[in-house]
Amino acid sequence: MRSVMFRFHVCAGEIFELKAELNSDKKEKKKEAVKKVIASMTVGKDVSALFPDVVNCMQTDNLELKKLVYLYLMNYAKSQPDMAIMAVNTFVKDCEDPNPLIRALAVRTMGCIRVDKITEYLCEPLRKCLKDEDPYVRKTAAVCVAKLHDINAQLVEDQGFLDTLKDLISDSNPMVVANAVAALSEIAESHPNSNLLDLNPQSINKLLTALNECTEWGQIFILDCLANYTPRDDRESQSICERVTPRLSHANSAVVLSAVKVLMKFMEMLPKDLDYYGTLLKKLAPPLVTLLSAEPELQYVALRNINLIVQKRPEILKHEMKVFFVKYNDPIYVKLEKLDIMIRLASQANIAQVLAELKEYATEVDVDFVRKAVRAIGRCAIKVEQSAERCVSTLLDLIQTKVNYVVQEAIVVIKDIFRKYPNKYESVIATLCENLDSLDEPEARAAMIWIVGEYAERIDNADELLESFLEGFHDESTQVQLQLLTAIVKLFLKKPTETQELVQQVLSLATQDSDNPDLRDRGYIYWRLLSTDPVAAKEVVLAEKPLISEETDLIEPTLLEELICHIGTLASVYHKPPSAFVEGSRGVMHKRLPAQGTECPDVGNAAGGSAPEAAPSIIPSQGDLLGDLLNLDLPAVLLPLFNTNCSSYGILYPQVWLPAMKAKGLEISGTFARRAGVIQMELVLTNKAMSVMTDFAIQFNRNSFGLAPAGPLQVLTPLGPNQTIEVSLPLSTVGPVMKMDPLNNLQVAVKNNIDVFYFSCQYPISMLFVEDGKMERQVFLATWKDIPNDNESQFQIQDCHLNSASNKLQGSNIFTIAKRTVEGQDMLYMSIKLSNGIWVLAELKVQAGNPNYTISLKCRAPEVSQCVFQCYEAVLKN
Amino acid sequence: MIGGLFIYNHKGEVLISRVYRDDIGRNAVDAFRVNVIHARQQVRSPVTNIARTSFFHVKRSNIWLAAVTKQNVNAAMVFEFLYKMCDVMTAYFGKISEENIKNNFVLIYELLDEILDFGYPQNSETGALKTFITQTGIKSQSKEEQSQITSQVTGQIGWRREGIKYRRNELFLDVLESVNLLMSPQGQVLSAHVSGRVVMKSYLSGMPECKFGMNDKIVIDKQGKGGATEEAAGKRSGHQSIAIDDCTFHQCVRLSKFDAERSISFIPPDGECELMRYRTTKDIILPFRVIPLVREVGRTKLEVKVVIKSNFKPSLLAQKIEVRIPTPLNTSGVQVICMKGKAKYKASENAIVWKIKRMAGMKESQISAEIELLPTNDKKKWARPPISMNFEVPFAPSGLKVRYLKVFEPKLNYSDHDVIKWVRYIGRSGIYETRC
Repeated sequence: MRSVMFRFHVCAGEIFELKAELNSDKKEKKKEAVKKVIASMTVGKDVSALFPDVVNCMQTDNLELKKLVYLYLMNYAKSQPDMAIMAVNTFVKDCEDPNPLIRALAVRTMGCIRVDKITEYLCEPLRKCLKDEDPYVRKTAAVCVAKLHDINAQLVEDQGFLDTLKDLISDSNPMVVANAVAALSEIAESHPNSNLLDLNPQSINKLLTALNECTEWGQIFILDCLANYTPRDDRESQSICERVTPRLSHANSAVVLSAVKVLMKFMEMLPKDLDYYGTLLKKLAPPLVTLLSAEPELQYVALRNINLIVQKRPEILKHEMKVFFVKYNDPIYVKLEKLDIMIRLASQANIAQVLAELKEYATEVDVDFVRKAVRAIGRCAIKVEQSAERCVSTLLDLIQTKVNYVVQEAIVVIKDIFRKYPNKYESVIATLCENLDSLDEPEARAAMIWIVGEYAERIDNADELLESFLEGFHDESTQVQLQLLTAIVKLFLKKPTETQELVQQVLSLATQDSDNPDLRDRGYIYWRLLSTDPVAAKEVVLAEKPLISEETDLIEPTLLEELICHIGTLASVYHKPPSAFVEGSRGVMHKRLPAQGTECPDVGNAAGGSAPEAAPSIIPSQGDLLGDLLNLDLPAVLLPLFNTNCSSYGILYPQVWLPAMKAKGLEISGTFARRAGVIQMELVLTNKAMSVMTDFAIQFNRNSFGLAPAGPLQVLTPLGPNQTIEVSLPLSTVGPVMKMDPLNNLQVAVKNNIDVFYFSCQYPISMLFVEDGKMERQVFLATWKDIPNDNESQFQIQDCHLNSASNKLQGSNIFTIAKRTVEGQDMLYMSIKLSNGIWVLAELKVQAGNPNYTISLKCRAPEVSQCVFQCYEAVLKN
Repeated sequence: MIGGLFIYNHKGEVLISRVYRDDIGRNAVDAFRVNVIHARQQVRSPVTNIARTSFFHVKRSNIWLAAVTKQNVNAAMVFEFLYKMCDVMTAYFGKISEENIKNNFVLIYELLDEILDFGYPQNSETGALKTFITQTGIKSQSKEEQSQITSQVTGQIGWRREGIKYRRNELFLDVLESVNLLMSPQGQVLSAHVSGRVVMKSYLSGMPECKFGMNDKIVIDKQGKGGATEEAAGKRSGHQSIAIDDCTFHQCVRLSKFDAERSISFIPPDGECELMRYRTTKDIILPFRVIPLVREVGRTKLEVKVVIKSNFKPSLLAQKIEVRIPTPLNTSGVQVICMKGKAKYKASENAIVWKIKRMAGMKESQISAEIELLPTNDKKKWARPPISMNFEVPFAPSGLKVRYLKVFEPKLNYSDHDVIKWVRYIGRSGIYETRC
């Protein structure tokens, strides 16, 4: 601990000593002192006190010393803006130095000093440097424009630097061109519609020429910029491709990947019957394979990208399966990625080899890797029918190893194999049943229970097996409980005579002793079905299941297209659009592949629409159902979702904010509540799609009161098809603020593994009323007088029948300060404080016998009055 | 673009920290230390996202280099840059170690200022950098020298300066190959490839135009068809031509020319450079074959017999041969008998290491070992890692041959014949494994 403390506090003596050395006459001593200062700075010590002394060393002809001083300046100028001005003169002078290295150094450093006053002085020297005779200075100045734009975008536009920068694209020196392209691309990202880069066939031609001549890094900048261009027709597209393909042989993997990005994008425009199209496809494979002999970190980036490419164009790498075989010494992150690609490439032609490999992997050490390998075997079985039998026998071998996690993983995949090939492999059920006791993970237990229920007629002791699970029913996870309920109902329908007791037991467990709404609902539905029409029940519960698809974990097509446009970048590593991890305006622009002739079908809608809708059709209507349920002599306590655990106010019935149709199967409804001073957003997420949803996250747009999530969206388990989860999201009020219309409008983005969805909702403003909103009487009087009468607004609340309005209002943090009676009228004076510190004062007139109240609201921000009135109305009428 | 660059020692203490962008705060340094270096678990990804900030890291011995960003950067470029950064540092002060970094921190800051501007990588060729970033302080330069430096740093041939003179024009070509193999216990080749590098060390005056030729199948087939003049050449080397799956080149090679004519022409950097990398998968000469035999005798004993066979011309000698036979974790004792070389059980590495100094072609050698095991109740089976091998042979397992390297320097009066050229072939084992 001592050492940590020491690191951040430089003792006064040390500073004093350094000060003396910095002011020494000897050059060597000075330089050593500056070095010491930089060393302290690196480890996090605060040496800003030495600012004037260090800046004094700036005027020197020793380039090394100058660089050190500049380094110091960049670090501390922001904290000492007034002192930083002292350095300006030297900068301006250095920008005129005969030595180009010094001119460049000065302009490079000045751009890194983020002090407003200095940026003004920067403009003139920068303008000169942009037109400097020396290319080294010009290339540095080009980047400096981007720096300046980051500090003060308006200034850059006003000073016309953007035009100068555009001119540099035609510079004779390739490195100047590359840096100008990089700077322009970055600036263009924050002005999505500005057409700054103005890419046209002429400028593209210039870029392609520079591409052959500039450094490896410059080539990356140019290729990344080219990828944003959309050629006019297939001819142009082909000619660009032809000039980009030589880059595939570059030693720098980033150049190769950026070239692949350009080619993958422009290929979309080429007609498929063109010879060149085939040639290009063939040319893409070898460089991608070569990337796998790079260092492991780059291999990882390459593999993540190959994963995308294989999904988009499987034909490119279909013969290259072997290179994705895992090596014993590969780092785990490379192993897992290779495995993913192997499954994608598995086909009838190579399945034997793949299976042999996968079997090998299943005996390795790393648990994650082994699990994935086992799962992969199952996926091969589903994908390549001819191999199914071999896969199943391999899985059985693995089950014999009795390694706990291998067995569990194997059972999960076997369940899927059963679904894909009904009535083929059921002979293995006996083996599976032997391992019942060793299953401790919910997914494996659920899978096993499903198998027992589905094949109850072939398992003699199915009732015993299921009964054994029933003992600890309440300790199981929801997934297992739901599965168990269904399995026992299936069993009952198949063997009604022996299992009546069992089914009653599970139904009562599910409906009476559980507080999980899903489980209760499902229990009631089964109960009602069984009691009214067992034939219908059989039809429903034992209905033929839809076939499961061959490919799993595919990235949703629109996202895939966007990611293809981001090959090589972080987005392609995360497999997420940039908007999911980049803050602010940058990268929010969605990129799309160009289309050739026919538009791609909109797959998003299709996926949303195909959600199973079998269940609703058999339920007559909600009212009927409820009535019938009550007739069953059940202690029906159907409580509204939130009433049970929420004793405070602000309870509203959840509204559907985002219908499943609009969000690829995700339905979001919710409401707001304030509990113990914390605003909670209560969300109900329902997965109405076929696939599992994971990776949920939520974000708010800027809003009137700075509402923002106080923590991440806590959806810990993946949300399976037809599952519902309730999440309570605490909100803070310290987020960015922007006035919305209406004032209490909130724009929300929810993201999951499939896409990002946007919706807006309105929160009752009473959520924002804080607990300490009671004003002193005197203050109230003074404030009431102080607020101009123009800010007063009057409203009528009709049909109110209350005995004690103030108590009710107090529950919503509306505090009554005084009460007086004038001519039979009760005048209540009340105060409210909003979370952002705005006070609202109210005068409520209540006349005995008159159900219509009059309310006057006074506030310095009259915009909120309307919303506050609505709250009064809501509170008083409820 | 890259927002900042940090270098840490193995304890997570910051040795170098350079921030390029305003969106990266000082707390980013600590975030990486706490979440990655101190996490004490296996690294599950070289890219880590902590609170919307992405960290890219590589490790050299026990030094961590981390680049940090908040934007959607080109990830491949960031890693390439980190490797390049390591190369540059190595070229300046040798091995990347805590001591060297501490002793050279001023130099490192100077380099970081030069090769990364606002997070954009700039010219990072050591040859060019060394002309104006030196450890001995800046010499006073004349105006011509200054403009020569800047034109080289930004120029088309950024890797070579003008006016180089040697009394003796000489060049060395090393064809370095690493041959990779994964073989099944039954001797079936599961995957095999050669990744090769052509490293060139040149001491040539002026700005020499070079042209490199090898027995590339595509070139030779084309020449064979081309005309009668080349027919002889085709006969001589045609049957030896090799199919190159893919190759990449140093940035000095004119890629568009290679793409169009498949000819490799360039002006080389002075001194050493890696001219080319390539990969082949067809007709690979596998220098050794490993035949394993593992037998479990009861629960506490393993018998291992491994035969290695050399498979090349008897006149050639392989060197530095090492066979590594993994042993289970619960090994209590090992008895080894080998016909040739020395074998030892290394408990700390869980392996029997068998070393042979030299071995000629078409020979065979054998080792047998008895491994005694402690009885355990560990249910999990031993994973049986593959037997790996290391060696060095004086030929190229891919079959690549250098046909010519022509040098033209039109301005100076030396011709191709005056250049002394040396070619050497070394084949090494890459990951050369046989499952058992």
